[in-house]
Amino acid sequence: MAPRDLAHLSDEAVVALVARSDDTALAELYDRFGRVAYGLSLRILRDEALAQDAVQEGFLSVWRTAARFVPERARASTWILTLVHRRAVDLVRREERRRAESLELAPEPTVSGADDDAWLRLQRERVQAALRQLSDQQREALELAYYGGFTQSELAERLGQPIGTIKSRMFTGLSRLRELLGDTEETWERSPSTT
Amino acid sequence: MGTLTIHDLTAAYAVDALDAEEAREYERHLASCERCQSELAALSQGAAALAYAPEAPAPPVTLRESILEQARRERVNVVPLRPRWTRAAKVATAVAAAAAVALAIWAGSLARSLDDERSARERADHALAVLSDPSARHVSLEGQNRGELVFGPRGAVLVVHGLGTPQPGKTYEAWVIAGGRPKPAGTFEPGRETTVHELDEPVPRGATVAVTVEREGGVDKPTGNILLSAKAV
Repeated sequence: MAPRDLAHLSDEAVVALVARSDDTALAELYDRFGRVAYGLSLRILRDEALAQDAVQEGFLSVWRTAARFVPERARASTWILTLVHRRAVDLVRREERRRAESLELAPEPTVSGADDDAWLRLQRERVQAALRQLSDQQREALELAYYGGFTQSELAERLGQPIGTIKSRMFTGLSRLRELLGDTEETWERSPSTT
Repeated sequence: MGTLTIHDLTAAYAVDALDAEEAREYERHLASCERCQSELAALSQGAAALAYAPEAPAPPVTLRESILEQARRERVNVVPLRPRWTRAAKVATAVAAAAAVALAIWAGSLARSLDDERSARERADHALAVLSDPSARHVSLEGQNRGELVFGPRGAVLVVHGLGTPQPGKTYEAWVIAGGRPKPAGTFEPGRETTVHELDEPVPRGATVAVTVEREGGVDKPTGNILLSAKAV
């Protein structure tokens, strides 16, 4: 097979190639999302080896289940990051002992040399700005769940609130985040529907 | 937990804040609840945005190769299985087709204008979506070249191998023949090894898809011999 340049394909089209067991397409997805996936996993697991495991397992889930991805239902980026997140949360729950020592969520690690990707930095600043616009309670619930790996029952207990309150904070927070970030995110690489 | 409140689990599911049993219960519900499906799609977008907030140091360079190596190992285990032969052949065809699409896109990137490139990319994206739809049907072509017709709810695509260049002033034209009436379904140029053409016309079940050589620009009714054909069954 001739060497190919997949850079012009949308994320969704690259996933379609991955569904056909095309490993160069998997490499392309990794080049697009590996770094975000690793940053996320590291934040959740706070351990480089475990974070690598989570990213690897996440991308292998992409590889195994790409045929089931439905582009009409989700963006490829959302789907990929969801799979990685799930693996990272699975791992952090398994490693609960690590966390039991200190119930406080560790501060976000500061990493040098993390800013050399201008596009990623821009994305990060946008999301952080959007997060600051949530109420403290919404942000707290989302951060503890998404980065801390806590279940809603654990959150209810930890925050001394009924589960219903936790649910609605997460719901409102996520809806608001999506609203604030709008649909502009990544639209430059998404092709309009052709149907 | 009763079904009255299970809808409320969507946000927690979107951030993976359900325990294993709750998640399984929610997924069973999700399969049949359209409201939750669309709500989850929306909330998951908000959740995935959270992935971008942490600092993202570069992962070690070995991670990329380690993932690819493991992926290749898993693929090798699947393909040689006997009963999967037809499926493997089908996949091989589709991979070749996808490669052709990618090549066409690469050529498209040399296009005169950004608009040309964009529309080439959109067409290619759409053809890929048709080819990769697991519910699409594959029918082998009859005629001078190997290839297949892939058709499904998302559209129909012809994949032809080793198609020669037509004489100067001529072009390939596809037809969808239903109820005895051929409708033009687009003209196309041969690809380098594999040609991928998405039909401009929908292909109803039972219709015949055919390819002829016509004068450049295409014609309304076929005049040439049918070089390739397939019945959409």
